[in-house]
Formats: sequence, structure tokens, C-alpha cells
Amino acid sequence: MSKELIRLQDLVMEFNGERILDGINLYFNDHEFLTLLGPSGCGKTTTLRIIGGFLTPTSGRVLFDGKCINDVPPYERQINTVFQRYALFPHLDVYDNIAFGLKVAKLPKAEVHERVHQILEVVGLQGFEHRKIDSLSGGQQQRVAIARALVNRPKVLLLDEPLAALDLRLRKDMQNELKRIQQAMGITFIYVTHDQEEALSMSDTVVVMDKGRIQQIGKPEDIYNEPKNAFVADFIGESNILDGVMLADYKVKFFGRTFKCLDAGFEPNEPVDVVIRPEDIDFVAPEEGHLVGTVTAVTFKGLNYDIIVDFKGFKWLIQTTDFQPVGASVGIRLNPEDIHIMHKSEYSGMFGDYSSYSAEYDELTEDAGDEEE
Amino acid sequence: MKKANRIITLLIFVFLYAPMAVLIIASFNVGKDITQFEGFTFQQYAEVFRDRSLLTLLGNSLIISVLASGIATAFGTVAAVGIQGLNPRMRRTVMSLTNIPMTNPDIVTGISLSLLFVFVGSKLLGQRDSLTFWTLLIAHITFNLPYVILNVMPKLKQMDRSLVEAAMDLGCTPLQSFFKVTLPEIMPGVLSGAIMAFTMSLDDFVISYFVTGLDFITLPVEIYNYTKKQLQPKIYAMFTMLFLLILVLMVIMNLLQLRQDKAKNGHRRG
Ligand SMILES: Nc1ncnc2c1ncn2[C@@H]1O[C@H](COP(=O)(O)OP(=O)(O)O)[C@@H](O)[C@H]1O
Ligand SMILES: [Mg+2]
Repeated sequence: MSKELIRLQDLVMEFNGERILDGINLYFNDHEFLTLLGPSGCGKTTTLRIIGGFLTPTSGRVLFDGKCINDVPPYERQINTVFQRYALFPHLDVYDNIAFGLKVAKLPKAEVHERVHQILEVVGLQGFEHRKIDSLSGGQQQRVAIARALVNRPKVLLLDEPLAALDLRLRKDMQNELKRIQQAMGITFIYVTHDQEEALSMSDTVVVMDKGRIQQIGKPEDIYNEPKNAFVADFIGESNILDGVMLADYKVKFFGRTFKCLDAGFEPNEPVDVVIRPEDIDFVAPEEGHLVGTVTAVTFKGLNYDIIVDFKGFKWLIQTTDFQPVGASVGIRLNPEDIHIMHKSEYSGMFGDYSSYSAEYDELTEDAGDEEE
Repeated sequence: MKKANRIITLLIFVFLYAPMAVLIIASFNVGKDITQFEGFTFQQYAEVFRDRSLLTLLGNSLIISVLASGIATAFGTVAAVGIQGLNPRMRRTVMSLTNIPMTNPDIVTGISLSLLFVFVGSKLLGQRDSLTFWTLLIAHITFNLPYVILNVMPKLKQMDRSLVEAAMDLGCTPLQSFFKVTLPEIMPGVLSGAIMAFTMSLDDFVISYFVTGLDFITLPVEIYNYTKKQLQPKIYAMFTMLFLLILVLMVIMNLLQLRQDKAKNGHRRG
């Protein structure tokens, strides 16, 4: 494994007595693509600004290569930032924006020229040198912002929701592009987003945050498959979350039935949250099912149907290609690998019930995300 | 109703510009009596450039205006940046404090500055003539400052705060980021502040009258002395030129404003 580059120790940030970051402990490895993921207002930007040196934490330390850099101003840190709204200099053209850092560092003219052209090639903006900033599209401005930061060859690049302002198509392209650039240049990326899909598809490590606290750190697969609590399970993808009791290792009881599962290490008879991912559930004939319920809503989603099934008053979301009409009686079977067990947390009971599900659900949450700042 | 509006607008313009028109016509008059136009001549303009003392006065006025507006622009811009950095409550307080002197009657400002200079000069420094070029300059800088701050503040407010952070992120010290990023961004405000300060200085009579010494007299003050005697037509020529100078400055200022609005609209569309 590569070596540790940055470490955040017991980071606390308060604004006017309000605690925004509540004891963040985190380390970043060299060459890593790490994403801070969480809903709007959870403290992602604040964390990034502390790493960049624009905010001094109320308490706690930021270590860079093992040395505390709390008192090092931003202009002396080997860190560059791609700002949330690009923050390109409107009075300079593309070339001068990108060359800005190199000129401040007083590099020889020839080298500045060479490096700017090199980076223009990396971000695919050859020939745009003398364009004015406000004549560029959002996607092009985005590339200039990335080039302006990368041309300084920082050890770490901070990116604050860099793709949030782009439309979906462009966003997907830029995701691939960023990943490619990160791998090609071998720079540590600390990436902030509220988009779980973006986080999962780009990152080596995902840090899920909420209310100024880290909820879970892990590889994208682990975060998805082994969420630590109801918040993570709900925030990353869709989840049905049920109350259960862990009877013994590998044995969990919910809905009045005992199921085999793959989880162990809980107290005997410990109340737990049971997560069942909507896409892991398959329909069977009612008489063969572990559970039997009634279809109450069906939405066609292109790749699959979103089907809401009522099991004894508790509504589950099931994603399947197997169409069932509203009113149909369906059975489901749950295999041990379909069931994931979590300890109870402050988030228990808040998520994972689709009783209020409606077709607009997705769009509503997406809008809420886009409104950020 | 519409027609009435138009007529009133027209009347207002007549009232506003009639005096200037009379002055300009008088400046080209052959005779001395402004009630009778006796023929067209550039004679008076030639007189202005021949009259050493008049040119010196004009020079004095320009020296004071350029120096005072220049210094006030520098200080005022720095002050505006400082004010912008304050928390919102302090900012409002300081802004009201800077705005009050502007609404203060000039005569009050003039007399109080004069008292202050005489007091400091004679009591603390033991000077005999405490009113000099320097007190005049200080007075002009003082009354110019609020205008500069007033013009620069809105530009600072409009500026994206993250631009300064971006500059520091790219290696600028706070001072470097001011010169490389903040200043170019707020330049239109700085320029219009400077021009406004310059014109205020150039035509100030009331305050100057109270704080100027015998060693350095500006044009408006001396013209006031002239009016006690008979007014010479070459003064009209001089006024016409001053009027044109200020007109040109105002047009430049408006053009700057226009260009900037356009840039902003283009930005919004893009
Ligand atoms: N300078 C500040 N003063 C007061 N409150 C702030 C300041 N900066 C951020 N906050 C608050 O801190 C919280 C977290 O903000 P932020 O880190 O921007 O969240 P995120 O980037 O995750 O959306 C928000 O509630 C925000 O209002
Ligand atoms: Mg943010």
C-alpha cells in the first residue's frame, strides 16, 4: 500500500458555537482517489477548506507528511483546489489563468509555456489559449479550472463538487476524464460530492459523512455491500431496512421468521437493522415464498421495474425485470447473501421504509441535492 | 399626461443647460457685455493662454485635484477592502460613518477642517501660517475619500470571494492576490471613484476657501476674488474649457459603466 500523505486528527470546527465538524479522524494515502460523500450541509466543504488552509479548525490537527500544517497558509501548501464554482479569473484569458500559479512561482517563461501547453492537451483544450473565460461553456470552464490547478503539479488536488453545475451527459464524460487524469498524473485527489453514484464509480476510498461526523470509510464495494448503519444504507443506493433480532451468529429473525445470514459477532438477541437491497430480491410463486405480499405500485425505469410490495403493512421496494401488475400476490425468497445486518444506530427507524414511495421520489431527492449552496 | 411629462423634461434640460450655454456663448463674444453678442472670436481663449497668472491658477487646481484624487483613490481602495473584510454589522456602521461627511454641508466641513488645522498648526506645531498647500491637500483628500469608498464597495461586494482564495491557492500572498486579482476585478469602481474625486476636487470652492493659505490658491477660490472686481471675459473661456474637461470625464465614466454592464449581461447569458 502507498504511504500516508495527509492525516486529520480529531478535527472540530465550530461556527458561532455551532459544531459543524465533530471529531473527524481520517488519513489520505499518496496517489489515492478519496471522496467525501454526504448530503448538503454535512461539512464536506468545511473539511476541504481546512485541508486547503482557508479555515483554521477550532481544535484538532492537520498533518502533511507527518508534520502539523495548521499554521501554514494556503499559499505555502503543496495543495491546489478546484473550487465549487471554478473561481476562474475573469480578467485573464485561458492561457493566463492556467499560467497564473507558475508565474507567481516565477518559473522561466519557456517552462511556463511548455507546461501550459502540456496541460491544455491533457484536458483537451488545445487552441483555446487566448479565449476569454466568459466565452467558454461550463464544461470548458471546468477543464480550465482543473488545468489551472494541475499545472502546478501539486501533491494533492482538492475538488469541491466540480461537476455539480454540468448536465448529466457532460458529468459522466468528465467523471471518466477526471479518473483518467488522476491515474495518469499520479496525484492524490480529495473529491467532494453529494452524488453517491459519482462517488462509487470514481473513488478508491469513499468517506460517508453526515452531521459533521464520519459514518463510514471504505472501498466503494464495501460501502455498498456492508453499510454500517441505516444512514449509509439509505444514502448509498436504495435499501429496505427492517427491524430484526439477531438470535445467534448467522441467524436473524424478522417478520416473525428466522432467516440464515452471513453476519456474525452480535450479542445474542441483539436488536438489529436488517438491510435488503431492492435489486437482490427475486419473485417466486406465492406458495413457495418466505414472505407473501401484494403489489401496490409499479414504475417502469428502463432497465427494470420499481415495484412496491406490501408485506403485512410494511412496504418494500423491489427492483426487478420481472413485471407484476398492481394487486398481484407475490412471494419472495431471501438467500443468506441477500441479507445484511447492522447494529442499531441513531438513524434506526428513519430510513428504508417505502410506505410513502411515489414515482417522483427520485426527482425530488435529486433536486434537493442540486440546490446545495 | 405624456405630453406634460415631455414638456417638463424639456424645461428641466433648459434650466440645467441654459447657464452653460450662456457662458459658452459669452466666451466667444467680442464685446465685454454678455447682454450683447457683438461678434464671434477666439480672442478670449488666446487671452487665457497668454495670462500667466490664470494658467498658474489652473495648474494649481489641477495639481491639487490630481494629487488629492490619486491619494484618496489609493487610501480609499485599501479602506474599502478593509471594510469589506469586517463582519456585516461592523461594516454597516463604518459605511454610515463614511457616508455622513458627504451629506455634511461643505461650509461646515470647511470651517471645522480649518479650525482643526489652525489648532494643530499653531498650538501643537507652533507654526505662524498654519494654512498651507499641505492643509489644502489634506482637506481635499479627506472629502474625496468617501466618494472613492462609495464607488469601490459595490464592486468588492460583487466580486466572487473565492477568487482571492483561488489566487492564494495558486501561491499568492494576500498582498499579491490583491494586486493580481482583486484590483483588476474592482478597477472600474476604482476608476469611477478616481474620476468623481477628481471632479469634486477640481471645482471645490467652499472647503478650499477655508483651508487654503496665501501660498497656494486654486482657481475657484481666486475666481471668487475676481467676482468682487469686474469679471473678465477670458474667465468665460476658461470656464468653458473646464466644463468640457469635466464633460469628457463624465462621458468616459459613463462609457466605462456601460461597457461593464454589457460584459456582465454577456456573462449572464453565457
Ligand atoms: N463561514 C461560516 N460561518 C457559519 N457557518 C458556516 C460557515 N461555513 C459553513 N457553515 C455552515 O456549516 C455547515 C456545513 O457547511 P459545508 O461544509 O459547506 O457543507 P457541505 O459542503 O457538506 O454542503 C452548513 O450548515 C453551513 O451553513
Ligand atoms: Mg459544499
